[in-house]
Amino acid sequence: MSKEAVSNEALEIEDPNIALQNSDDFIELRTKFRKFVFPMTAAFLAWYFFYVLLAVFAHDFMGTRVIGNITWGLFLGLMQFVTTFAITIIYVRWAGREFDPRAEALAQKMGAVK
Amino acid sequence: MSSLNALGAPTLVPAATTVGNPAINIGIFALFVVVTLAIVIRVSRNNNTAAEYYAGGRAFTGRQNGIAIAGDYLSAASFLGIAGAIAINGYDGFLYSIGFLVAWLVALLLVAELLRNVGKYTMADVLSFRLRQRPVRIAAAISTLVVSFFYLLAQMAGAGGLVALLLGIEGDLGQRMVIVVVGIIMLFYVVFGGMKGTTWVQIIKAVLLIIGAVVMTVWVLAQFGFNISTLLGDAAASAPAAADGTARDLLSPGLQYKNPVDFISLALALVLGTAGLPHVLMRFYTVPTSREARRSVEWAIWLIGLFYLLTLVLGFGAAELVGAEEIKAAPGGVNSAAPLLAFHLGGEILLGIISAVAFATILAVVAGLTITASASLSHDIYNTVVKGGKATPEQEVKVARMAALVLGAVAIVGGIFALGQNIAFLVALAFAVAASANLPTILYSLFWKRFNTRGALWSIYGGLISAITLIAFSPVVSGKAVDKVTGKSPSMLQDIDFHWFPLDNPGIVSIPLGFILGYIGTLTSREYNAAKYAEMEVRSLTGYGAEGASQH
Repeated sequence: MSKEAVSNEALEIEDPNIALQNSDDFIELRTKFRKFVFPMTAAFLAWYFFYVLLAVFAHDFMGTRVIGNITWGLFLGLMQFVTTFAITIIYVRWAGREFDPRAEALAQKMGAVK
Repeated sequence: MSSLNALGAPTLVPAATTVGNPAINIGIFALFVVVTLAIVIRVSRNNNTAAEYYAGGRAFTGRQNGIAIAGDYLSAASFLGIAGAIAINGYDGFLYSIGFLVAWLVALLLVAELLRNVGKYTMADVLSFRLRQRPVRIAAAISTLVVSFFYLLAQMAGAGGLVALLLGIEGDLGQRMVIVVVGIIMLFYVVFGGMKGTTWVQIIKAVLLIIGAVVMTVWVLAQFGFNISTLLGDAAASAPAAADGTARDLLSPGLQYKNPVDFISLALALVLGTAGLPHVLMRFYTVPTSREARRSVEWAIWLIGLFYLLTLVLGFGAAELVGAEEIKAAPGGVNSAAPLLAFHLGGEILLGIISAVAFATILAVVAGLTITASASLSHDIYNTVVKGGKATPEQEVKVARMAALVLGAVAIVGGIFALGQNIAFLVALAFAVAASANLPTILYSLFWKRFNTRGALWSIYGGLISAITLIAFSPVVSGKAVDKVTGKSPSMLQDIDFHWFPLDNPGIVSIPLGFILGYIGTLTSREYNAAKYAEMEVRSLTGYGAEGASQH
């Protein structure tokens, strides 16, 4: 922690992490990641709480039969499972295709600096 | 997750078992213990470096770790509790499993990979990375210990009750002896096996549990011509009416949860608590890369989701084939639905297998919790606070083993005291504290540039103290009306009422409070370390500089 005496501004010139952090490639990686995970998180949380609110406030609707003896409550609950599995598949594919190659390239770039 | 008892299920205070053959149950369980102990001894010859002891050498594959996570997560109460809740309360019992499953998306999208890249052994590694080590590590360790300890107590208390039901051991002394035996076997796994041995126990147990549930599900469905709608219809038709004579529709909401705000509060704690449970987070360090951490969660989501779908069939199957009256009258009450269903389907042998699996589950979960708490005591408190970060890995592992012994003793003694208690509040507390104290700090430190030490401390201590205080003054601890049937109050304490917080679960207040305090604390401090922040962000996203697998 000997660097603590140096001001944050002075460090930016010499520190490879700060240099990478400010590079276009890294900013692109971070932006891509956040643009994927934040809206996805907002979406599944909204869908989950929508379901929770239906379950506690719309008893009659959730108890209505849709197919045979399967009620809306059960059907939409099973849809929560389906969306959870779907988001998992979508994210894993996206990460393998869009995220991992970029992240690896940057990690190698960092390895070469040192 | 053992929070099932939280939701109105009676405490585990059975008198004696009336079904099955205890000798078969004990025999199958003893076989599990012998096999797992042999495996633990085999895999743990090389367990003296810190990375081996805390993180299994980071040599597990994503698939293995995913199965182990499922093993950690699907505790006995998850299996017995959810199946029982569905058998008695139908749809409302099913609601639980949804929160428990969706919660994994928080871990998948926001936490697992970044945490794996930044940290080394414990949750505090990540939280303290760019902040002041000492205070943040102490806070994170306290929160880890509190969450793990209450979770541990709940499991130990559950073990005593479960055993009375499954193995036919009666009386306080017998149940205490069982807790002591569970504690000693568990300590052997942890002290000798470290994370590697514990992980293998989780894997074996998860595979047995899922196979057992699949077999029972197919068996149940076969009796209804593989038509789910028929099963649901029959179960709903044979459900007994409520005490006041009104019909109870198992397929409609409202049988278990009467207070909407309370359920919303619980739903919040369930979905946000999982990604803040220290024993779940620590599992991500057992794989070599963040990509394998992602695969771990992927596998965990598939297995946990599949398992909860199976419990849906098992629950309604038990409602129809066993019947609510027989379940409620059994020694373990609601929790006995799945074992009774096994007995109805496959007689003594299937009951023996399912009972042994349920018991193995408690053992494995307790081992996972103990290793997490002992790692935090040694790595965060002993190394950083006592030794100023200068302890050798050998010293750290030695202290971790001693800490595990002490924690095991505390868990045994605590479990004996907690026996017959309402274990609901212990687990509710664990989830609420994880969501209130841990998750805000994890997310802020991974995603918010400005975040600093004061924000972390306010968030952790604020979330921790508010969650515990609200539970202490909630109806779970005191003040619930006396149940006419049992003559006892469902609250933890009898004949006293000091509750002023109206809800059973504090999440709806303490979770937002944790986030807000972290925000305000951060804004009132000017601390900012650009170099450490850059190092952490680069490492979290690219994996550059992350801890790799140990070489052998």
